[in-house]
Order: sequence, then C-alpha cells, then structure tokens
Amino acid sequence: MISLAGRDILHSWGKFVFTGFGLGLLIGVTLTMAGLYRGMVDDGMALLDNSGADLWVVQRDTLGPYAEPSGLPGDLWRDIRSVPGVAEAANVTYLTMQVGQGERDIRAMVAGVTAGDPGIPGWPPRLVAGRQITRGHYEAVADMSTGFALGDTLRIRRNHYTVVGLTRRMVSSNGDPMVFIPLRDAQEAQFLKDNDAILMQRRRAEADPSLNRPGIPGLLEAVLGTQTNNENVNAVLVRVHPGFAIQDVAENIRRWQRLTVYDRAQMESILIGKLIATAAKQIGMFLVILAFVSAAIVAFIIYTLTMDKIREIAVLKLLGARNRAIAAMILQQSLLLGLLGFVVGKIAATFAAPFFPRFILLIPADSLRGLLAVGVICALASLVAIRIALKVDPAEAIG
Amino acid sequence: MKADGIRVENVSKRFGEGSAAIWALKDANLRVAPGEVVGLIGPSGSGKSTLLKCLGAVMDPTAGRMFLHEELIYEGGWKMGDLRALRRDKIGFIFQSPYLIPFLNATDNVALIPMLTGVRNAEARHRARELLEALDVHHRATAMPAQLSGGEQQRVAIARSLINRPPVILADEPTAPLDSERALAVIRILNTMAQRFDTAVIVVTHDEKIIPTFRRLYHIRDGVTHEEAGEGRSPGG
Ligand SMILES: Nc1ncnc2c1ncn2[C@@H]1O[C@H](COP(=O)(O)OP(=O)(O)OP(=O)(O)O)[C@@H](O)[C@H]1O
Ligand SMILES: [Mg+2]
Repeated sequence: MISLAGRDILHSWGKFVFTGFGLGLLIGVTLTMAGLYRGMVDDGMALLDNSGADLWVVQRDTLGPYAEPSGLPGDLWRDIRSVPGVAEAANVTYLTMQVGQGERDIRAMVAGVTAGDPGIPGWPPRLVAGRQITRGHYEAVADMSTGFALGDTLRIRRNHYTVVGLTRRMVSSNGDPMVFIPLRDAQEAQFLKDNDAILMQRRRAEADPSLNRPGIPGLLEAVLGTQTNNENVNAVLVRVHPGFAIQDVAENIRRWQRLTVYDRAQMESILIGKLIATAAKQIGMFLVILAFVSAAIVAFIIYTLTMDKIREIAVLKLLGARNRAIAAMILQQSLLLGLLGFVVGKIAATFAAPFFPRFILLIPADSLRGLLAVGVICALASLVAIRIALKVDPAEAIG
Repeated sequence: MKADGIRVENVSKRFGEGSAAIWALKDANLRVAPGEVVGLIGPSGSGKSTLLKCLGAVMDPTAGRMFLHEELIYEGGWKMGDLRALRRDKIGFIFQSPYLIPFLNATDNVALIPMLTGVRNAEARHRARELLEALDVHHRATAMPAQLSGGEQQRVAIARSLINRPPVILADEPTAPLDSERALAVIRILNTMAQRFDTAVIVVTHDEKIIPTFRRLYHIRDGVTHEEAGEGRSPGG
C-alpha cells in the first residue's frame, strides 16, 4: 500500500503546516483552559493541605470559612480542645483583600494565625526562605507569587508588616497568594473601625438612654468596651489524635458545641462543588465552543483540500481505486492535521502555562483526552469531504 | 476471423425523458481487434465521449450489447457486480489531459492502482519502471508531474493505462495538447504497445494531423457510427 494522504501532505506541506499551526494554537488554548480548571482544583486542594487540619469548625449552618463568611467567638477553641480526640485546635481568620507595598497593591488572602509554635493548624507548613512569625505583631509570611521579598514592608489596612518568611504555592481557592500575619493583627484588619466610626458609635451609645444610665455607674464604659474590641475568628482548625476516628470527633463537636463541622472530604466538595462550580461551567462552555471552532476549521480545510483534488479523485475512481482508499486518504489527512495541531498545541500550552496569572495544571490524562477528542473531531470533520469525494462521478474524468 | 477485443452492438444512449430526450448514441456499432488502434472521429457533440463512457463502464447504455475480449459485459444491464474491478483489470484510460496525481512522482503515478489494490509496492514499481522504459521516459522516473513536459506527462499517463495489461485501452483525445510531432509520437507508441500487449485501442480525436495514421476509422455523427475502411492508409508510425 501507499499512503496517499502522507504523499499529498509532503507535497503541499506549506498549506498543511500553516493550518496545523492555527489549529495547534486553538488546541493550545483548549488545553490551557482544561489546565486552568485543574489548577483551580489543585489550588483548593493546596489550601486544604496547607491548613494542616482534619476538621474545620465554623459558624452554624454556614459553608465557611472559604466559601461563606463565618464568625465564631475567639475563645471557643478552648472548649473544642477539651473534646476527646482533639489533638490541636487553633483559631484562624481568612480575608481576601488588597495588600499594599509602596505604590502598588495586590490581591491576597490574608490569614491570621494564632501565636504559638509553628506546625499548629493554619500555619504555613513549609517555608522556602526566611523564618516563621515569632512576634505577636507586625510580622508577615508571604507567598512568593505576591512578588514580595524578605525584609519588604507591606501594608494591610492601616498597619505595616515586615516580611520575615516566604512560601511557595500557598494560595486561596481563587488563586490569590496568601499572606500570613498574627491572629490579633488579622482580627484588627478584619473588624477594625476607623477613628471617626468609633467616635460616632460612642456618641450614639452615649445618646441612648437605655445604655447611658447615670444611676448605674460603669455601664456605659462596659458597653463601649465590648463595641471596640472584637475577638471573633472565622474558623477553628482541628487536628485529631491519630488513635481517634475523625468522624466521631466531628460528631462530638457538632453535638456538644452546636457548631457546623466539616471534614476533609466535605471541604473538598464545598470548594469544588460550590466555590469553583461557576468557573468550571464557564470553562466547560469555552471547551465546547473551542471544540466546535476546531471542528469547523478542520472540516473547512479538509473540504478545500478535497475540492482541490476532485479531478484526481474522479480519475482514481475511473481507474478502479476503491472508495475505501479514497476515504482513507481524506480521513488520514484529517487525522494527521489533528495530530500536528495537537503537538503544536501541547507545546504551546506547556510553554505558555507559566505566564498565566493563575496556576495552570497540565495533567497527562487531560492531554490524552484532548488527543482522543481531536481524533474524534477530525474524523467527524472529514465526513463532509469524504461524502463529496464518494459522490464524484468517475465519468467526469472523461471529456 | 480473429476474436474481437472490443465489440459494440447497436448501443444507444438517451439523456432525458419525453420531448426533452436527447439520443447521444443511436445504434452505434464498433469493433476493434486485439493489437489494433482504431480512430473515432466526429464533430463536437456527436457522441464520442458518451460511447467511451459506456464502454468504460461509467455510464449505462439505454440499449444494446457490449463485449470485451468476447465476454459479454452489457446487455440490458451490467453482467458483473464490480464495475470498478472491471475497469481496473480490463480497461486502460488515457485522457485529453494526463490527469496525473500531482503529489506522486512518475513511477508512483504509474504504479498507483496496483499498489492500492494489494500488489506489493516494490513489485508494482518494478512493473512501472519497465513500462516507463518501454515508453522512453525512464530517465524522468522520479520526477513529479509538474516537472515533466506535456509529452512526457502523456507518456507517463499511457504507461499508467498499461500497468494492469488491460485487453482494452480507451483514449479520449490523447494528443489534443501536443504539437504534431509529439502527437504522432503518441500514436506511434500506442501502435507499438497495442501490438506488444495485444491490446485493442480506441482513440477519440479531432486531430487532423493524426487521422491519416489510423488503418481503420469510425465516423460518428449525431450518435450514428460509420466505419471508414483504410483506403491506402498507412499504419501508424
Ligand atoms: N449527462 C448528459 N446529460 C444530457 N446530455 C448529455 C450528457 N452528456 C452528453 N450529453 C449530450 O449528448 C451529446 C453527445 O455528447 P458527447 O459528450 O458524447 O459529445 P462528444 O462527441 O464527446 O463532443 P466533444 O467533441 O465536444 O467532446 C451532446 O449533445 C451532449 O449535449
Ligand atoms: Mg468529448
């Protein structure tokens, strides 16, 4: 046998390579989109991994702390630590906000972690440079993707922090880099009111006859005290003793503390099923559109390549070539075009991935699926041209 | 009497129905002996191509009988199921333009059909090179069609028509694009090949230059054939 498709491609390789590159860029975009979704899932997993928690205790009936706001009293962790099976319980706050440095500011997820030793839940498990936070105030550990360096000063609301440590791949489920600061500072950042607001609130309290009772000395001061300090946290991260079943401990906390508790699997389903669900659908839509566009391009180019050969096809049929040989020529051309496009796309996606702001995770299984999809799309796209070729009347070859 | 390579008996072909019907062939008759090259001439629209299409098994006659090598191939219907195999094995085609496959070199153009139908590539190419040698274009065996002159292309096309050693060759104005010297050369080659392989050849032509070379000639006018005996015609070449 002889490969007509291969010979034709070698002969008119310019057109073929040109189309292959165009198709390749399209496939590259497709692979990148798939990688974007994988990256989002991986970001979520990294967030859960890095928190070091077995259980997430949050405000009742909320999907906190990542998907919904959740508030818990700051001293609840003591009660939780006394539940049998709990090895460690640590307060944590998460707030996505702008973090400034000089003129510029970047979007980051600021995590407040309790003072104490490194290694308790919520702390960054590994540093690539510098050290962990040792002082109770104004120190920060930032992810490298923030662009901050050791010793930099960064600004969160009105306070300034010195970067003492750097992490890698510590990101929120939105892909924003994380910045760790002491819990107290984080609480302040989250709940801190400006001076005017404090004054206004103070005046309102003073003007309220039910609070400002001259007959009860000290009442107003007590009320004002509760208004300005804020001890709330977003969640308590729990690590369970190795000897205990995680589900039992979770059930205990739920029952006795009347709180909502999520384990790792539930947290994953919240992140993937709820937090990034819309983005995933969006990406899915784009993949469908890209598939159609690719199919249209392949169909069009294979159609034109076939129409250019219609005379030769009539001659081949007249001389006795089988339909199978003619269909195989067109199908193979389509598949080879797809293969070229896939190789170009794969290379383009691999080289482009690091330049995207979000994490692009290209996994071999997706590439394989992509290759199969390209094969199916190219086979379908060649059907139009094959139909036309098979309908050509061999009598046309004779004057 | 020698057996016929081609025999056409009262073949008619009608296009269209009722009052719009056109009879492109009316009881056409024609015979070609093996090893013989016969001319078929007639004005434009007289039915020459229609006759070749019927003989070439790419068009159904409306009536009549056709034989190849004394084998009845058509009478009220085709006598075999696989017309493509009939064309491949029994009939060689040569066209006005060579219609070579532009992305195959000369050898592969000649060897293509055997290669596509199960003959080993090496074997098919060997046969192709022998034919190219016989047609005196073996020095261009690896050239692409675009690199060949018109005459060389036509000789490659003739080699292609001979690759399966068919008993019949149908040529539709094979010399049209060639100057008279090359046109005469093509007819000479056809005569040589016809004799060497015992092939019955029909050459449809308008070409005044080559008409005198046919020993026997058929005129066709409005679908009706007339045989013209060779009044002192010189054998081709
Ligand atoms: N598919 C068709 N449908 C209708 N009429 C046709 C068809 N093919 C040929 N004809 C008609 O049949 C007649 C014979 O046509 P044919 O092509 O055989 O002529 P020809 O002798 O080959 O002419 P030329 O020298 O111009 O090639 C013409 O009147 C033509 O219009
Ligand atoms: Mg004609």
